[in-house]
Amino acid sequence: MCETCGCTITPGNQHLVQGEGRLARTADGKAAITVLQSLLHENDHQAEHNREHLDGYGTLAINLMSSPGSGKTSLLEATIEALQGSFKVAVIEGDLETENDAVRVRAKGVPVVQITTGSACHLDAHLVHDALHHLELDGVDILFIENVGNLVCPASFDLGHHLNVTLLSVTEGDDKPAKYPVMFRAADLLLLSKVDLLAVLDDFDPAAAEEHFRHLANPVPVLRVSARKGEGMEAWLHWLRQTLMVHRARLRQGATSRPAVQSDGARVHEQGPAHHGRHDHDHDHGGHPHHDYHHG
Amino acid sequence: MHEFSVCHDLLRQVEDLARAHNARAVSAIHLQIGPLSGIEATLLEQAFTVARAGTVAAAAVLATEALPIRVRCQSCGAVGEVAVNRLVCGACGDWHTELLSGDELLLASVELELEEDDV
Repeated sequence: MCETCGCTITPGNQHLVQGEGRLARTADGKAAITVLQSLLHENDHQAEHNREHLDGYGTLAINLMSSPGSGKTSLLEATIEALQGSFKVAVIEGDLETENDAVRVRAKGVPVVQITTGSACHLDAHLVHDALHHLELDGVDILFIENVGNLVCPASFDLGHHLNVTLLSVTEGDDKPAKYPVMFRAADLLLLSKVDLLAVLDDFDPAAAEEHFRHLANPVPVLRVSARKGEGMEAWLHWLRQTLMVHRARLRQGATSRPAVQSDGARVHEQGPAHHGRHDHDHDHGGHPHHDYHHG
Repeated sequence: MHEFSVCHDLLRQVEDLARAHNARAVSAIHLQIGPLSGIEATLLEQAFTVARAGTVAAAAVLATEALPIRVRCQSCGAVGEVAVNRLVCGACGDWHTELLSGDELLLASVELELEEDDV
């Protein structure tokens, strides 16, 4: 196994992925082509374009993910109210059906586009691209993308956003991070939501939730909030302001921000001098090290 | 159920490759999947049997290689294989680890039947 990135390219098979060696023959004479490209190449390609589009407007895009009913929309309502006058916010709402969430958020006076996915369990970069065409991004500081309530599928799709914020409400089990490691590993911030209910829910232990979360080797902050009671909102708003400031500084240097954990193996497989010439497309996604979303 | 979306992306790539090499058909597709990719190989294989219909890969075999989850400890440097929800150093117990493999979702290779093979 490759020492640099842990992939399966070795000195023995490296010639297969370089230059003319890409096209070899199998024992029965078929043409064998080594590709080593993400299965989600189409989605990732679209996501890169979405990110470039957002960066053109200086808009920070945050992907909100959680189970259904963990308080994403309530958090958005409270956040929009709190940011009124200081930042311009826009929202993309993802749901299987209904415009209910869009109506709730629109009532707060911000532009909202609702994506109804029908039976699809997640948003993808193409759906978000279509939604972006219906949004006026001029002057928008923060775009929240409220993903479909689901702790499984949304984690696998890059939307072209900059950061993942994952909610875990205290009405759920505190072992959710252990049950849905892919989702919680992808979080750039974990919000324990509805913490005002901790007083009446004695079976949710926030310390245990955080321990399960750390076991996924995720070092990002864990904040406790109650959108309804306003508890912990200041720390969340502070994180938002800081994140926007850092993001804008990066944009000024010609860089951007990305979720710490990418949805594919491109991160490790598209970097490093040993692996050049493995794939055909003509633009640079740029590799980046694990857990470093301070990357351009 | 997002395995269907992944299948769709996969087939688009395979069709592009087949077209680029003027292939008559795709006989095999090899994938590498790590547990932390969030994709279940068995569900993907089931989705593939439906999604491949009518494509150049209609008769293709889908083979998936499962890759292990391996981490390197940032405290003691130990490297080891770990469970999907416990990326903790097996030697010293620290959770500050770096993922070496296990989140792959890769199209490793395809086998094509080329038009020129007919002549």
